[in-house]
Amino acid sequence: MRNSIQILGSLVMLVLLASCQDKDYRNYQYMPNMYEEVSYETYGNYDVFPNGMEAMLPAEGSVSRGWMPYGYEDSTEGYEAAKANLKNPVPYTEDNLNEGKALYTIYCAICHGDKGDGKGTLAKREKILGVPAYNDQGRAITEGSIYHVTYYGLNTMGSYASQTTEKELWLINHYVLDLKDALDGKPKRAFENADSSETVTTDEAVEEHQMTEEAQTEE
Amino acid sequence: MKQGKYLNSASRFSLITLALLLSFSSIVFAQEATADEGAAESETTAAAQGGDAAAGKALFNANCAACHKLYSRATGPELYNVTERRDRDWLYRWIKNNKELRDSGDPEAIAIYEEYNQTAMNLFPQLTNADIDDILAYTDTPKPEPKAPVNAGGGAQGGGGGVSSTIILAILAVVLVMLVAVLFLVNNTLRKFAVAQGVELPVKESRKPIWKAFVENQFLVLVCVIVLLLGGAYFAYGWMMQVGVDQGYQPIQPIHYSHRIHAGDNQIECKYCHSSARTSKTSGIPSLNVCMNCHKSISEVADQTSEFSSVTEDYSKEFYDKEIQKLYKATGWDPATQSYSGETQAVEWVRIHKLPDFAYFNHSQHVSVAGVQCQTCHGPVEEMEIMYQNAPLTMGWCINCHRETDVKMDGNPYYEKIHEELSKKYGVEQLTAAQMGGLECGKCHY
Repeated sequence: MRNSIQILGSLVMLVLLASCQDKDYRNYQYMPNMYEEVSYETYGNYDVFPNGMEAMLPAEGSVSRGWMPYGYEDSTEGYEAAKANLKNPVPYTEDNLNEGKALYTIYCAICHGDKGDGKGTLAKREKILGVPAYNDQGRAITEGSIYHVTYYGLNTMGSYASQTTEKELWLINHYVLDLKDALDGKPKRAFENADSSETVTTDEAVEEHQMTEEAQTEE
Repeated sequence: MKQGKYLNSASRFSLITLALLLSFSSIVFAQEATADEGAAESETTAAAQGGDAAAGKALFNANCAACHKLYSRATGPELYNVTERRDRDWLYRWIKNNKELRDSGDPEAIAIYEEYNQTAMNLFPQLTNADIDDILAYTDTPKPEPKAPVNAGGGAQGGGGGVSSTIILAILAVVLVMLVAVLFLVNNTLRKFAVAQGVELPVKESRKPIWKAFVENQFLVLVCVIVLLLGGAYFAYGWMMQVGVDQGYQPIQPIHYSHRIHAGDNQIECKYCHSSARTSKTSGIPSLNVCMNCHKSISEVADQTSEFSSVTEDYSKEFYDKEIQKLYKATGWDPATQSYSGETQAVEWVRIHKLPDFAYFNHSQHVSVAGVQCQTCHGPVEEMEIMYQNAPLTMGWCINCHRETDVKMDGNPYYEKIHEELSKKYGVEQLTAAQMGGLECGKCHY
């Protein structure tokens, strides 16, 4: 009798030990002195914020250092204007093109395909249909229209401004036009010489460019 | 009687296998039948309209499907039976150059432009009248009837197939238990017979109880105590070392998001959604606008029978469709009108990988600078239906990798000088993170 009670007891102990760590819950901690944040954690959930979200929106119309708002509005007119007037401020160099290719592979190739012919994985699997090739005649994309569409999105395509910076969008832009040339059978563009004689770094060039855009649209 | 029961279960087993076989054959039949029907349908419509619906489908998927669906509104109106609603010549002109048509003051064209929030349709000058005929033939294809009865039958039988392995196991277990019982009974009756017949059974001699023998053997007791102590120490140490380690942590998320479907089946690049891993300390959970990039047009998962199925036996298509509806609820997207209501509700994802606040970890310097693969630390995420923590994320685990991994020096001008000096000091060509000072307290704990 006593023996069976002991066996039963040890069994219960074993089960208890095994259930101490459950995959649905975090493991217990020993004296968690500085484990939890005193400060607000990125993407945390705190009661003091509206909706509990730590990630609050900046005030509308504010401009942070190193960033300029985009001058064209999200409409058909804005699209036409960008298509006609907007130019790529980032120099067309080999490094920039390679960076653009890497980013294109991450963000665009999944639908538009590695060659830009609209045959990406999602299109092949018929998840997303109607992805046009870059040399589609009815669309006739230009560098301005590519930037406008990647910035705002167009109909079914979403905006990519939250995943990339302005400069990265321009880098992708270079590579997209490269793919379009390849589809059209045109020869490759000659690389610009990115020597230091101009002394303007790319970021500054983007900024300056967008400031002038802003000024133009305000006029 | 027991034998009878055994027979019964055996016959049940064979019945189940028969049902299983039948179910497979019936599914095959069903698919063939529907495929034939579909082909027949498209042939008849093509004949009636003077266009090739099959060629039209290819053209439609390449050119039109970005904005149009056949049976429901997308960016543009649904196109089923558009030939009955509009004049064919008007359609030719509209599809080729709708802007010209609008500018010419056609009231019909302007009305539809206004109805769809002045969203201009793309121009398709490259399409010929024959192409458009093909596309229109395709848009006249009636909606395929839901194959509900066939599917339901197949599903139920398929379900039987899934359950049957457990049933077979249960039957085997029952059979085993019965065998044991039968043996026991046979033994008992034989003994009874022996007693009745007066046959003497061999009687075992009573031996010294084993525990007494054990206690008398002092050496054996000593060895056992040592083994027990060592074993106890092993388990106590192992237990203490797992305190505060969350390896395998797999909480239930508010939306059943499957990395298997997105990163595995569809091969979406990790950094597509977790884009801040490239540039920021925190590789954030993507905001819902990233979800809507694709799910604006993907409101349902693929059918279970389709070639590119994402649906498994554990989770049905209905289950996944409901999860996508949760996303629409959170973003306030209405798929019927293709518009946002403005009522949003953030999704409260449960964070799995968490370091204590006194450790500093930066994603971008590991991902962009060092070029570490995501799977090195997070495990085979593309195979995870539900996300879990793969690595222990303990300090020993971090240090170990810093000792073994070489720093990526090529093409990084920052390292040119450092590499020259340090490789001379250590007499090596490649430097590990540890040799670069990657084990100093201040590097991670400040």
